[in-house]
Amino acid sequence: MSTRLASGGRLLDRSKAVDFTFNGKRMRGFAGDTLASALLANGQTLVGRSFKYHRPRGIVASGAEEPNALVNLGQGPRHEPNQRATTTELFDGLRATSQNHWPSLEFDVGVINNYASRFLPAGFYYKTFMAPRPAWKHVFEPFIRQSAGLGKAPKDRDADIYEHFYAHVDVLVIGGGIAGLAAARQAGAAGARVLLIEQTAHWGGRAPVDGAEIDGMPAAEWVNDTVEALEAEENIRLRRRCMGAGIYDHGYVMAYERLGDHDPQEGLPRHRLWKIRAKQVVTATGAIERPLSFAGNDLPGVMLAGAIRDYVVNWGVSPGDRTVVVTNNDDAYRTALALKQAGLEVPAIIDARPAPASPLIQAARDLGIKVETGRAVAKVKGRARVEGVAVSAQAGEGAALQDITCDAVAMSGGWSPVVHLWSHCGGKLVWDEENAHFRPDVARPPIGADGAGFVRAAGIANGAMGTRDVLADADAQGRAAALACGHKRRKKTAPSAAAEEAAPLEPVWLMPQGAGAALRAKMWLDFQNDVKVSDVQLAAREGFESVEHTKRYTTLGMATDQGKLSNINGLAVLSQSLNEEIPQVGTTTFRPPYTPISMGAIAGEARGAIFQPLRRTPMHDWHAENGAYWEPVGHWRRPYCYQRPGESVEEAVQREVRNTRENLGLLDASTLGKILVKGADAGKFLDMMHTNMMSTLKPGRCRYGLMCTENGFLTDDGVVARIDDETFLCHTTTGGADRIHAHMEEWLQTEWWDWKVWTANLTEQYAQVAVVGPKAREVLDLMGGMDLSAGALPFMGWADGQIGDFKVRVYRISFSGELSFEIAVDAHRGRAFWDALLEAGAGFGVMPYGTEALHIMRAEKGFIMIGDETDGTVIPQDLGLDWAISKKKTDYLGKRAQERTHMTDPDRWKLVGLETLDGSVLPDGAYATAPDSNANGQRNVQGRVTSTYHSPTLNRGIAMGLVKHGPDRMGEVLEFPRTDGGKAAVKAKIVSPVFYDPDGEKQNV
Amino acid sequence: MKRYSAFAIAREALRGHTGWDRAWGSPQPKDRYDVVIIGAGGHGLATAYYLGKNHGVKNVAILEKGWLGGGNTGRNTTIIRSNYLQDASAAIYEKSRSLYETLSQDLNYNVMFSPRGVMMLAQTQHEIRGYRRTAHANALQGVATEFIGPQRVKELCPIINIDGPRYPVLGALWQPRGGTARHDAVAWGYARACSAMGMHVIQKCEVTGVKTEGGKVTGVATTRGDIACGKLGIVVAGHSGVVAEMAGFRLPVESVALQALVSEPIKPCMDVVVMANTVHGYMSQSDKGEMVIGGGADGYNNYTQRGSFHHIEETVRALVETFPMISRLKMLRQWGGIVDMTGDRSPILSKTPVEGVFINCGWGTGGFKAIPGSGWGFAELMAKGASPLTAEFGLERFREGRFIDESVAAGVAH
Repeated sequence: MSTRLASGGRLLDRSKAVDFTFNGKRMRGFAGDTLASALLANGQTLVGRSFKYHRPRGIVASGAEEPNALVNLGQGPRHEPNQRATTTELFDGLRATSQNHWPSLEFDVGVINNYASRFLPAGFYYKTFMAPRPAWKHVFEPFIRQSAGLGKAPKDRDADIYEHFYAHVDVLVIGGGIAGLAAARQAGAAGARVLLIEQTAHWGGRAPVDGAEIDGMPAAEWVNDTVEALEAEENIRLRRRCMGAGIYDHGYVMAYERLGDHDPQEGLPRHRLWKIRAKQVVTATGAIERPLSFAGNDLPGVMLAGAIRDYVVNWGVSPGDRTVVVTNNDDAYRTALALKQAGLEVPAIIDARPAPASPLIQAARDLGIKVETGRAVAKVKGRARVEGVAVSAQAGEGAALQDITCDAVAMSGGWSPVVHLWSHCGGKLVWDEENAHFRPDVARPPIGADGAGFVRAAGIANGAMGTRDVLADADAQGRAAALACGHKRRKKTAPSAAAEEAAPLEPVWLMPQGAGAALRAKMWLDFQNDVKVSDVQLAAREGFESVEHTKRYTTLGMATDQGKLSNINGLAVLSQSLNEEIPQVGTTTFRPPYTPISMGAIAGEARGAIFQPLRRTPMHDWHAENGAYWEPVGHWRRPYCYQRPGESVEEAVQREVRNTRENLGLLDASTLGKILVKGADAGKFLDMMHTNMMSTLKPGRCRYGLMCTENGFLTDDGVVARIDDETFLCHTTTGGADRIHAHMEEWLQTEWWDWKVWTANLTEQYAQVAVVGPKAREVLDLMGGMDLSAGALPFMGWADGQIGDFKVRVYRISFSGELSFEIAVDAHRGRAFWDALLEAGAGFGVMPYGTEALHIMRAEKGFIMIGDETDGTVIPQDLGLDWAISKKKTDYLGKRAQERTHMTDPDRWKLVGLETLDGSVLPDGAYATAPDSNANGQRNVQGRVTSTYHSPTLNRGIAMGLVKHGPDRMGEVLEFPRTDGGKAAVKAKIVSPVFYDPDGEKQNV
Repeated sequence: MKRYSAFAIAREALRGHTGWDRAWGSPQPKDRYDVVIIGAGGHGLATAYYLGKNHGVKNVAILEKGWLGGGNTGRNTTIIRSNYLQDASAAIYEKSRSLYETLSQDLNYNVMFSPRGVMMLAQTQHEIRGYRRTAHANALQGVATEFIGPQRVKELCPIINIDGPRYPVLGALWQPRGGTARHDAVAWGYARACSAMGMHVIQKCEVTGVKTEGGKVTGVATTRGDIACGKLGIVVAGHSGVVAEMAGFRLPVESVALQALVSEPIKPCMDVVVMANTVHGYMSQSDKGEMVIGGGADGYNNYTQRGSFHHIEETVRALVETFPMISRLKMLRQWGGIVDMTGDRSPILSKTPVEGVFINCGWGTGGFKAIPGSGWGFAELMAKGASPLTAEFGLERFREGRFIDESVAAGVAH
């Protein structure tokens, strides 16, 4: 039974009690506890259920590598699944519940999978559930989905907020143990700007627990002194609770700071994602202890030896009264000593090595601990928790030599450097025979843009073992990192520690070595995903020889700990099964993040209304106040129409069209792209960008232009105005502005870099209003200041001038077929100008109109719309726009493409108008069928609807479409099947696409 | 090949699972095969399988540089759908989807095809029109899709936020028989079936050269020796340009890294696949409980199968907006796969300038869903010289301007 010790716990503040609940049970811990240490202190050894077999699970580790102790934390909008108890700092009012069981943690029906486990080996689901066929979707899969998964899904919108930070540093040191501190100290001393981050709340890592001495003082003291000294340096920044999450190309590093998890508060960010650009990164990320593979190693009460030491020393927790230590290396002896010093019993140390000798081993013996060498734990006894161990010879098959009663087992299979961050960006590994682990291959680091390595591992993360070597290596790496950034100030003396004499580790991948099938089926490799030694052996037998195949087939290392405990052990079992060396089998790929990071932190501040930038025209607020029904267009929002009280969207649109045709309409056209093109070669440039000839345009005149991609497809259109000899203003569609500007720049920068042309996107510099309708000129004349008669400003002309109080540029262009002036004013005058037009227009029946009225009016006129008539497969020739394609030019973008055989094929579909026989509106996107089917059994088609509306002007449905040989088939009737039920196909007649004022009498007045 | 079944598992359970055969062999390369396929990913293995099954061509080797299924087959987000706009695309993807329906039974390997339904959200007026058009096209192509309203979207996927302040959900294109499958199992199932037909799946065998005589292929050079062949199929996705160069021709293909990620597993909360093109992201929940999330492709060409961060951020932001409950989930793992993109974003299944050499590439971001259909059509093309499924996907289309452009129907990677 785990419990709190009467004294001890270097991280605890026993004067501050902290209340929390677990599965509704009230419990008490102390300030400084993690949820894991507090649970153990309250005797809660059972904390969860495993993924596949629903076996009872207890805490096994003390840090980020914990696979078992995952809990649901919090409630409602603060509910969070899969929170690691070992990295959750205790706070008052914390509410945790255990996961993956029904109806309760203690009694879980799902455990039936455990009893059936012989029928559920690795990958069994690939071999069954295939008949009857519908059963997979309706029976088997729902069952598997329900029994898999871990924590409960949150239901609500997250109540917390998140933010991003940006940092640029010379040297980023990841890990605040003694190695990280030593590296930061030396890099800082050289003059580098240093950021040191540590994932836990405490500096110093394991050294204070292990009882090392540095520079003649206890490690804890050295850590405090060093932190204090570093904090005093202005070129060194330190951050706790900040984990290095991922290393990316070019020294880009993500770090994850947990600001509020230990102390939740309203209004403050919970997590902060750091985006760091570092010239050099030092990964002082420590090492993770490996479990040993013996039968029953997954029972609650079996823990990593280092973790047990942490709980005793850091948190004053006894994981058990009688703890058997089982190991293949010296380090676990420190756990035995710590337990003994805390007054707890250690009935035996089971050491798999035949005859190890070292001062640590002697110290254990001196304390009266029985050391059994050459021995193994054959199996752990107990059902829901440890009740004892059966001891056998390591060399044998597991015949029990003796039973030892105990309630906890401390296991150590050696330590693996944390090489994850080193590996994220391509750093390679070497296999270290002596310590039986992979460590960074310093000859093959992640490479930066300059061809040199930009990541250095330091300390035990670099394979240095023992305090002395760790400090020496970290000190050297810190210095080297600073030098690589060009900082060479005088060096500080390296911290020193005494050499430690240790007996060599002996790799133990199976315990005992000759364990039979029954034992191997109880040896867990991956505790969360229930992958056993026998599963990996089965995978190897079935031909899953690549380590990636084995991982994917058995799910080894795919759990939330991403194999931090299981990978090396699994790999060793696989390589033994294949009779290959471990380095030949290789590792799976380490991927970011190091441990999971919240989606909220990744998304940052950008959520809700500010999820994306919202672009507003100067008149935006007026629209909002006057019933705008919004339509998102790019990052803008444009009024689709302005709804009046009691009016439907459709009614509003029809009203706006009618009023504009009869009286006066206003359109906020500010969102249209406005790109200034200037320079001696501007005309030549636009001749290449457009299908039309733009260089011959006279200043003061406008021309409608088409732009194609290099593949010949129509990509954008708009009116080009020539301002002076060297200056053009190119209008684009709203959605196309940024894209077209980039398109122009790409050609200027990559192909025609020597042309004298400059571009600027002026879209937001102007507010632009289309004043449209038969009374357009009257209202502008009323405002006064400028002669807008047809003689002074003819159709397709523009002029600068004054209207009322406003300095304006007036374009005499029309996208509606009505008399129309598009008037640009400086953006800051936009709203005032809009208000002035409304005021002046009051007597003329002025009404603003939205994008849908715009669409209908242009369709009535037969004008094409980019994105409706075009879709990336349409060329101008398809749309009857040959008149806008210059025959005189030798070249323009898309010209050669348009000469390809398929582009000149007379069978291409061409633009026509479509009129339903019954006056109804053709369905959007409907296809006209042709007889028979094609070779793939699809119905043949001969055309499609590209735009379709109810025209208030004609009071009937009108449409535009692309039809095979369309212009030659006027009057022919096509059939368009519906998709909205069993109704008969809609019949429509091919007509001219110009439904309204074909001779242009309305616009050219 | 011993059949897999519940009975077989029970039988093996009683003898400690010691009696299972290898799922596929580990053969030594022969000197010559009738057909050599380069690339033991899903498409290469499916090609070999249908060569044997449909055309009786069984003297086949499938050569793999690394481990089978280790490229994009093992890296994608497992979505299967066929709601494409253009006829040629809809034909091959629907063929593929319909083959997925019975693939587990055909292969005697549970690939866990789960027709849970795929929806593509319409969040602008423009998308509504686009998806209505696709629904019309699909109806004539024999692809079952419908345009559904926002309330139906909410019913099918309760965790979705249809009233988002920036991009409310206005409807969706819904394909009820689209879904997901277990990606690795697709490669493993085909590999096992190929092996059972006597074909050689040869891993750790990198092709280093293509041998020709008089403009006709005669074999390949590999790290395990020369192998002669009558016909050669190149099915290597991201590295197509590299292998084509060995055969002496160039491809209109660029290789870029496509980004993806998964969350930690949670209990089931989402039974359908949702794609949101306006905000750029898509998500489904795997049978393990992870939310499987697809991002965009990096904006630069490269061959490193490595995760980068900017697309992850963009995608997660979009999905937190679309599914607010995921904010408190955690990203477990991110990765990248190299996809081969053509100029029109449609694949190439084609003869090549070298007689006897055929190429299957350019699947870009959408290859997984196409595996059975691609294999079916490409096998027919290799065996008979032509296939209605592949007729429109020839290399010559770039010269003729006969593009198959789906961009109007698919704004983002899929």
